Amino acid sequence: MSTEETLQSKFPAAGLKCSQFRDNRRVVVPAESLQPLLAFMKGDLGFDFLAEITAVDYLEYEGATDRFGVVYVVVNTKTGERLVIKTFVNDPDPVLPSAYSLWKSADWLEREVYDMFGIKFSGHPDLRRILTPDEFSAYPLRKDYPLKGRGERHNFPVITRADS
Amino acid sequence: MAMKDVPDNIFMTQLDAAASWARANSLWPMPFATACCGIELMATASSRFDLARFGAEVMRFSPRQCDLMIVAGRVVMKMLPVLQRIWLQMPEPKWCISMGACACTGGVFDTYAVVQGVDRFIPVDLYVPGCPPRPEQLMAGIIALQDKIKHGGTLNGTEFGKRTQPMGPTPYDLDELIRIREANEQLVSLN
Ligand code: SF4
Repeated sequence: MSTEETLQSKFPAAGLKCSQFRDNRRVVVPAESLQPLLAFMKGDLGFDFLAEITAVDYLEYEGATDRFGVVYVVVNTKTGERLVIKTFVNDPDPVLPSAYSLWKSADWLEREVYDMFGIKFSGHPDLRRILTPDEFSAYPLRKDYPLKGRGERHNFPVITRADS
Repeated sequence: MAMKDVPDNIFMTQLDAAASWARANSLWPMPFATACCGIELMATASSRFDLARFGAEVMRFSPRQCDLMIVAGRVVMKMLPVLQRIWLQMPEPKWCISMGACACTGGVFDTYAVVQGVDRFIPVDLYVPGCPPRPEQLMAGIIALQDKIKHGGTLNGTEFGKRTQPMGPTPYDLDELIRIREANEQLVSLN
């Protein structure tokens, strides 16, 4: 039985959508079922490595119904199996359960997603910005944030030669 | 004292010129290398190009021991406070070379995070263009800076005190303000 079939039979009510492109295998899961599904994959299916968490902003995307897609890539290091798990969250308060209790590597990955998209992870031990400065207030990878910023890059004191 | 009484091993000069000569020929660079230009800066210091010929080979990683800041690479907004702090920690007299397109203008990285030219926030004496500049080009820049020091330097560094105006572009260009306004208009139409 493939991993997708196992997941379907374990979570029949969740409405999982499985698809495949080349050897990229994807499972779309509603946000409510995310935490039990990830726990099941870690505990029973042996997916012991969380390779990546990232997000996609679907603002103005043709045919999109949700604002943010959050993508988890999990790997089974024994069999080399790799699965992409995707879920959707929406404004105004995008929150997902943290995967930190399952995989410690979720720590910085979730901080990065929080920093860039403003998606919060409940249960994360230390949800601070990781790349941008602490006092930064925007979420730069959101589509409604202008590429050139809102002037943050110019917000510094000017030192002249006479006062240095 | 007539000139003929002076022995051969005595030179007559002005104090300013002597100090500037010494400073120009013993520049100690602070390599503020944040990106690819830094690799070229390292190549400049290595044996093939041999920066030691110009007395500037002593790269020091402590700002307290340097008098030439070489900003090599793009500076992001999280790094700029660090850059300013290092600049302020360097003892007088000091000079600054902005090396490469990114340090001079932000280069192709016209994004929210990259400072559009370090000369907006710290005083720059000399720009070395290129992406990255060849080591020869950086050396030409260092030689030009040596000339500048020899010709305008004073013992007490009084020439610096006159530079009370920021020399770079103003932090907010006009087009920057227009861009910010346009971005906000886009935002309003989205919501
Ligand atoms: S100017 Fe070119 S080589 Fe230098 S830091 Fe920028 S991109 Fe890299």
